Amino acid sequence: MKPRNLVPIIYILFLLLPIYWLIAMSFKTTNEILGGFSLFPQDFTLDNYRTIFTEPVWYWGYFNSILYVSLNTVISLVAALPAAYAFSRYSFIGDKHLFFWLLTNRMAPAAVFALPFFQLYSSVGLFDTHLAVALAHCLFNIPLAVWILEGFMSSVPKELDETAYVDGYSFHRFFITVFIPSIKAGVGVAAFFCFMFSWVELLLAKTLTAVDAKPIAATMTRTASSAGYELGLLAAAGVLTIIPGAIVIYFVRNYIAKGFALGRV
Amino acid sequence: MRTVNQRGWLFVLPVLLLVAFNALVPLMTVVNYSVQETFGNNQFFWVGLRWFEEILQSERFHAALGRQMLFTVTILIIEIPLGVAIALAMPRRGFWVPVCLVLMSLPLLIPWNVVGAMWNIFTLPDIGLLGYTLNNVLGIDYNMTQDPFAAWITVIVMDVWHWTSLVVLLSYAGLISIPEAYYQAAKIDGASNWSVFRHIQLPKMKRVLTIAVLLRFMDSFNIYTEPFVLTGGGPGNSTTLLSIDLVKVALGQFDLGPAAAMSLIYFAITLAVSWLFYTLMTRDDR
Repeated sequence: MKPRNLVPIIYILFLLLPIYWLIAMSFKTTNEILGGFSLFPQDFTLDNYRTIFTEPVWYWGYFNSILYVSLNTVISLVAALPAAYAFSRYSFIGDKHLFFWLLTNRMAPAAVFALPFFQLYSSVGLFDTHLAVALAHCLFNIPLAVWILEGFMSSVPKELDETAYVDGYSFHRFFITVFIPSIKAGVGVAAFFCFMFSWVELLLAKTLTAVDAKPIAATMTRTASSAGYELGLLAAAGVLTIIPGAIVIYFVRNYIAKGFALGRV
Repeated sequence: MRTVNQRGWLFVLPVLLLVAFNALVPLMTVVNYSVQETFGNNQFFWVGLRWFEEILQSERFHAALGRQMLFTVTILIIEIPLGVAIALAMPRRGFWVPVCLVLMSLPLLIPWNVVGAMWNIFTLPDIGLLGYTLNNVLGIDYNMTQDPFAAWITVIVMDVWHWTSLVVLLSYAGLISIPEAYYQAAKIDGASNWSVFRHIQLPKMKRVLTIAVLLRFMDSFNIYTEPFVLTGGGPGNSTTLLSIDLVKVALGQFDLGPAAAMSLIYFAITLAVSWLFYTLMTRDDR
């Protein structure tokens, strides 16, 4: 083994330490946690996980999160695909300004928008629905999706479009049956990033929901403050929030790096 | 070449409507609040630019902005070189590449408040792995909830833990796009590791590094959830970054006018600095 291989290994160990601690905590009883330090769980227990899987407040949190994240990913991609095509293939009045304006929305601090978002979505009657969070997350996910997809689309030669027209394809048929399949790696990468940013964002999701669509992460903060110090339960809930991300990343593992390289600045 | 076709507007219409609904309406609400005073009962009075003047002169805002700048500069100085170094040391092909990438991406996929909670549990003085090790094994006095300096270090280490992988992924993407022939040519010329880095790898990584610096700047400047969950902005105000201060004013004290004015100043600073970075880093391309 070469010495320089140590660098990534040490870095990965550093990344895994806090995660290990979260996992270890989730298998401990409250008594053991408060009783003192132990590197491994002494009284191994699954009670924390049992609580989460049996109490509706907890497991509905997961459903709510997964529901609005999926909804957001679908909305973002459906809207971004034609737009990215337009940016990649056509030149139209104001296209560059529009592209930059889209990207500026990625810079808006979520804290700035929290209160106005609450008022906006209350006034259109969407407060505390999954759709509200899904639409709100479009603010930063659509620009990102357009950006990534545009990079992938621009690497497809224009001859593909022209050949399809010569062969008598209508635009819709060409776009759906020929073009989108030819950039499916890009669609995967864009979907991954939309999923990721919607999954990890909490401030807006928390502001826009109360009961019916409350995300799991908000359930966690409420538990931490109301039920005193149930660290084991909190840790178990935390561990479970890592799993969907880990599954998604496994599927796109070969494309993550590529997705960035193609996006234009 | 792209063809001139105004049909492009039709294609971008859905995106335009969705983003405009989410961006313009709230932004106008903020602008609206920023020039008015409210006494409840939905009564508003025009105050002009008073809030902007007050905010720009307030010491509280200066302090929060100062802490924010210090935080952002510190994490950029650590994360960018560290990310590049790790990307350089990573294997280029083989079984370990996807393993490394998946493991490194894990922190990016953890909800931000879970990141804060996780680091809270990790650093508890008596029962957290890090807190216990520092206090009882290494004998360093460490208590994040009482010592502002320890709180700062913890917030920064947490951010390095959370986001360095993004820089690694971006740099790695830039590195693997360099054709093998470049390295062979350098080998024939007898170039040192440093000159390979300086003249081949760094120029090729420039584009992705621009993205990395921009993304890390914007996201660290807007950071809210992780430090809020970890320290709550304390001890005292020592880790009250700009967003945390803003939310305190807006939702805690419900001072809509000053909070709105602060939001706009904040957004303007983010835009201006991003634009500056962008122009500086892409200057040579034109």
